[in-house]
Amino acid sequence: MLKARVIPCLDVKDGRVVKGVNFVDLKDAGDPVESAKAYDAAGADELCFLDITASHENRDTIFDVVRRTAEECFMPVTVGGGIRTTDNIRDLLKAGADKVSINTAAVLRREFIKEAAEKFGAQCIVASVDAKRVSKHGEPLKWEIFTHGGRTPTGIDAIDYAQEVVDLGAGEILLTSMDRDGTKIGFDIDLTRKIADMVSVPVIASGGVGTLDHLVEGVRDGHATAVLAASIFHFGEFSIHEAKAHMVKAGIPMRMDRDK
Amino acid sequence: MTKQVVVIDYGIGNVFSVCNALKEVNVDAVLSGDLNVIKSADRIVLPGVGAFSRAMSALKDKGIDDAIRAFVETERPFLGICIGMQVLMQHSTEMGTHQGLGLIEGIVDRIDSKTTDGARLLVPHISWAQLHKPKSAPEDIWNQCVLPQRNDHNPAYYFVHSYSARPVHKDNLLAEATYGGHALTAAIKKNNITGLQFHPERSGKAGLELLNRFTQI
Repeated sequence: MLKARVIPCLDVKDGRVVKGVNFVDLKDAGDPVESAKAYDAAGADELCFLDITASHENRDTIFDVVRRTAEECFMPVTVGGGIRTTDNIRDLLKAGADKVSINTAAVLRREFIKEAAEKFGAQCIVASVDAKRVSKHGEPLKWEIFTHGGRTPTGIDAIDYAQEVVDLGAGEILLTSMDRDGTKIGFDIDLTRKIADMVSVPVIASGGVGTLDHLVEGVRDGHATAVLAASIFHFGEFSIHEAKAHMVKAGIPMRMDRDK
Repeated sequence: MTKQVVVIDYGIGNVFSVCNALKEVNVDAVLSGDLNVIKSADRIVLPGVGAFSRAMSALKDKGIDDAIRAFVETERPFLGICIGMQVLMQHSTEMGTHQGLGLIEGIVDRIDSKTTDGARLLVPHISWAQLHKPKSAPEDIWNQCVLPQRNDHNPAYYFVHSYSARPVHKDNLLAEATYGGHALTAAIKKNNITGLQFHPERSGKAGLELLNRFTQI
């Protein structure tokens, strides 16, 4: 059976990790490269950098982060945030990213996914789907796409959108429940399962992880093939190894080679 | 003395991660698209991600296809990774039919979108997967190759691909990985040519060990 992946996600602003990272023995808790190295050594299956730099001038700092990470980490790295053009993608891949996650640019212009997939291959184009539940209790379930970190509604149905970006060539979907993000009450399983069962590409579940059981639920009940989490790992609450061991115990195949 | 490895630079995908990984195992990795450098290399790595046709036209435009053929004749070690492995085959069906280098007999075809039980199968195949010896292959097939030897552990490597090589001759099939019940080609070999579908440069310590073995065969 397919091994599920555990993906820690680091929010990077102006070249530094925000939200803070609390590893033991970390030289500089704000340096994303130091954090990446710690996750690499701990056996993370993949790493995700989310560039939340607000100003255009500081955009270049993410290239430096990716470049330095690629020199020292030997696991797949996905970079998201602020990607608007195929030149942005080329530069990130050139710096050492393996995949890029595209969000707002594709919501504004769907064809961007197609152009990116044709140019760089579907395997490196991750469509980021930020969805918020808009149906009221008792109504049929409905989710809407939000941009700008969940602040801006678009009126686009999340389920339709997910199918559309896959049809356009996205090789993977990073599915974030905006109403669960940061709540620590678990993934939106209805949403995850609905999309994972529908599309023909892998789905990464994101948003809401607070316990190790939540990771299990994302794969077992949500049918995601990968789970992404931030705070439970950053603050040292759980290690990557504990997370993977817990998932193995629940019957989910995982890569258990400890690297270092 | 550490031998030099030339990593072919042909404008496709992320060549730096392969160079970084080789440097990590103390190999002198030279990134080059120069035909003379390629022909006179001790060892060659052909990396690459993206579409088959783009990779082949990039190789042809620069005359690197012929340089690779000339290099392979010298019986020095050659390693193709991902698309760099797929282009070794005769042709691929990715976005139309495209000719490959034809160094190994067989084709590259899309991964089945159904499991062997008829259930839906996700494509691309993105996962860390363990390798196994092909059915009916001799027990010692991994001797003298880049893969972990018999007494080693059985690590997982990182795969990300929608197409899969299908060598005609069983002798050329070195290792497989199971996906949805299908045995996907994970590694191929013919004389001094080795091809890997997975990414050793992205497969942690196990991948670095593999690249290190490549510099010693």
